[in-house]
Amino acid sequence: MNGAGVGVVVELKGITKYFGALLANAAVDLTLRSGEIHALLGENGAGKSTLVKILYGLLAPDSGEIVIGGVPVTLESPRAARAHGIGMVFQHFSLFDEMSVIENIAIPLDGAIANNALRRKVSEKAAQFGLEIELDRPVHTLSAGERQRIEILRALIQEPKVIILDEPTSVLTPSESESLFVTLDKLKAEGASILFISHKLEEVRRLCDRATVLRGGRVVGATDPRRATAKELATLMVGEGIADLNPGAGGEPGAPMLVLDGLSVAPETVHGITLDGIDLVVRSGEIVAVAGVAGNGQSELYNAISGEGGRITGGTISIADRAMNRASINDRRKAGAAFVPEARLGQATLPQSPLSDNIVLSWHATETIGSPFINRERLETVAQGIVRDFDVRIPRSDPVAAHLSGGNLQKYIVGREVKRMPGLIVIDQPSWGVDARAARHIRQTLMDLAAQGTAVLVITQDLDEALSLADSIVVMRKGRLSAARPTRTVTRGEIGLMMTGGARATEGAS
Amino acid sequence: MIDTLPLILGTILTAATPLLIAALGEHVTERAGVLNLGVEGMMIVGAASAFAVAVLTDSSVLGIAAGALAGLAVSAVFGVLVVYLAANQVATGLAMTILGLGLSGLIGQNFVGQPRAPIPPIEFPLLKEIPVLGKALFTGDPVFYLSLILIGLVGYGLNSTRFGLLLRAVGENHTSAHALGLPVRRIRFIAVLFGGLLAGLAGAYLSLIYTRFWSPGMSAGRGWIALALVVFAAGHVWRLVLGAYLFGGITVAQLHAQAGAIGLPSQLLSALPYLMTIAVLLLLSISGRRGSGAAGSLGQPFVPER
Repeated sequence: MNGAGVGVVVELKGITKYFGALLANAAVDLTLRSGEIHALLGENGAGKSTLVKILYGLLAPDSGEIVIGGVPVTLESPRAARAHGIGMVFQHFSLFDEMSVIENIAIPLDGAIANNALRRKVSEKAAQFGLEIELDRPVHTLSAGERQRIEILRALIQEPKVIILDEPTSVLTPSESESLFVTLDKLKAEGASILFISHKLEEVRRLCDRATVLRGGRVVGATDPRRATAKELATLMVGEGIADLNPGAGGEPGAPMLVLDGLSVAPETVHGITLDGIDLVVRSGEIVAVAGVAGNGQSELYNAISGEGGRITGGTISIADRAMNRASINDRRKAGAAFVPEARLGQATLPQSPLSDNIVLSWHATETIGSPFINRERLETVAQGIVRDFDVRIPRSDPVAAHLSGGNLQKYIVGREVKRMPGLIVIDQPSWGVDARAARHIRQTLMDLAAQGTAVLVITQDLDEALSLADSIVVMRKGRLSAARPTRTVTRGEIGLMMTGGARATEGAS
Repeated sequence: MIDTLPLILGTILTAATPLLIAALGEHVTERAGVLNLGVEGMMIVGAASAFAVAVLTDSSVLGIAAGALAGLAVSAVFGVLVVYLAANQVATGLAMTILGLGLSGLIGQNFVGQPRAPIPPIEFPLLKEIPVLGKALFTGDPVFYLSLILIGLVGYGLNSTRFGLLLRAVGENHTSAHALGLPVRRIRFIAVLFGGLLAGLAGAYLSLIYTRFWSPGMSAGRGWIALALVVFAAGHVWRLVLGAYLFGGITVAQLHAQAGAIGLPSQLLSALPYLMTIAVLLLLSISGRRGSGAAGSLGQPFVPER
């Protein structure tokens, strides 16, 4: 041991990693101490995931050194990392849906099978940290919070010195997050070192002892998050302050554009959600946000509104006063609707087609794009117009969709739909995986659109987004939708309760 | 009828055994997430190789071993292509079947029509005296008993061993398995080789025990029936065994129906096992709203990032 400091468990020194020409980590230094919760902050694409994948042996660094307990090590696999006392809780869980909880825990443990000895060990750990779970349930029957418990138990059973949690609260309800924080505090008290990756500043300020901020693959700051303000941390993450949203004129909402009346839809897949008696009205000039924890039926709702899937078992959908229950997505577009799905590559765009060709995907039903032969010049002009008007940063003229970053592609897709001047736009997860600047741009675009009289429906898991953007909020839970609440009067706590089902939503507001 | 019943039971077991062996192999392959449509090809290469080696060495044991190894060799090619080079599993599997049919014709061309003496059965004294069932169950050929051992081996291996746990994990979700550091491709390759070995063994059974001669194309779609059995099994070995003996029964029944001259064209009766395959798959997909029981990443190629 050198004099690097008391309680140092892991040191990353000068970690550098390229993906092709992209520099994902540039000489990153990070020191983890025992009995400490260390935040790794940064925007999407800042290099957080790459860094922890290197620490967990999933990626090999191009240069740099990992020192564990004073000894430089090479982590050629997650197995080697686990042997060195590093445990990982994945953001998108590394679980096996059709297998039982106990089998899931056994899989990464060297030599383990799902037997009674392992059951006893797991039950002990679960009791110690308040992570009780039924060991024989198949994983697909469990909630996100319960699944995360499996991941944490699986890490804890190996008595790790370091536990990495990658965006652990992104799939949790507020109360599930609270119980996670209690567990983490216990672990910290036991002397574990916790690396907590997040972009949620408030929870970092509450929970963490130190914070390292990454931007563009580099460490741009190390600070005590409890002393810094959220604004200061945000500025570190983004590089400069981001302007606040500019609300529109705020006229009274007009005629209903989208009306769901008692809509029920059968699940599309085995583990899908049944939509049950959905009532929703979105009027011209109004932004309505559907909040809720992921996987509560939001995708099913989007598909039902866009006409992409799901068998309607009851109720009606109408767009611009026209019944749409059996209408195709093209008929819905002809009625004035536009749709921005969650999957940008593969659903909203063809990944390997140029931006100009991608215009055709949503324009062919309603706009003139040339017949019988496609008018390429017009497509290119339209594409250039979108790129210019919506601040889309492109690497070269008319690139294929897959070559744009998430934020720029999303701006392009939103721009493509906005250019059609829709009377209704439905957008699923507008800023998922999008950097803060692009997210602000997209939100502003939606606000401007509403100010011009378009009805806007935003489906989002980001409560801050819902609160900052929408005129009213509805909460989706287990395939049901709460009554609409005006954003001005609702509190975060109330919405949190609605997400977890702590209180029934007020009745009959529609 | 009393005298013929043990005989019929015996032929049902013989007809079912190659289906059972090939399906057990494919079951393991599919549990690991690989769809091998080359079973038919591996089976017939096994059949030709087994017969050729048995004739040349005058040893049925060597012949059976050669058949199994020939199936393994074809599956090794398949495995390298789909597991390590991430080729499309459906297209590669079909190519393997076409390749196998051609290759087997080449291997077997000098052996067409040559007869082989039967392999002496293993007899269990006393037990074989049990009325009706005794003769069928306890005077079987050695590979029949081997197939019974394989049922236990596959069932126990998949459900109760560490390797079985990892194999199922890799098949269920290769992304998760990789994130946890499991050797996804090595485990899949081993599963493909096991499937090929058993397909070859099933082929050897056809040419050396079931028919005791070689003719081109003699596997006659049994590889496809084995694949259908795996779908029918929906992840459960006991259903696979049940399905195999059911199909063995249908095969024998249609033979007897042809002999009994019940007035239907013999071609139609010969097609019965295949019609049954389609019917079973159809029933499964109609009732299959609650999940097919197939491995989660079945048929999807896996390419690790590094």
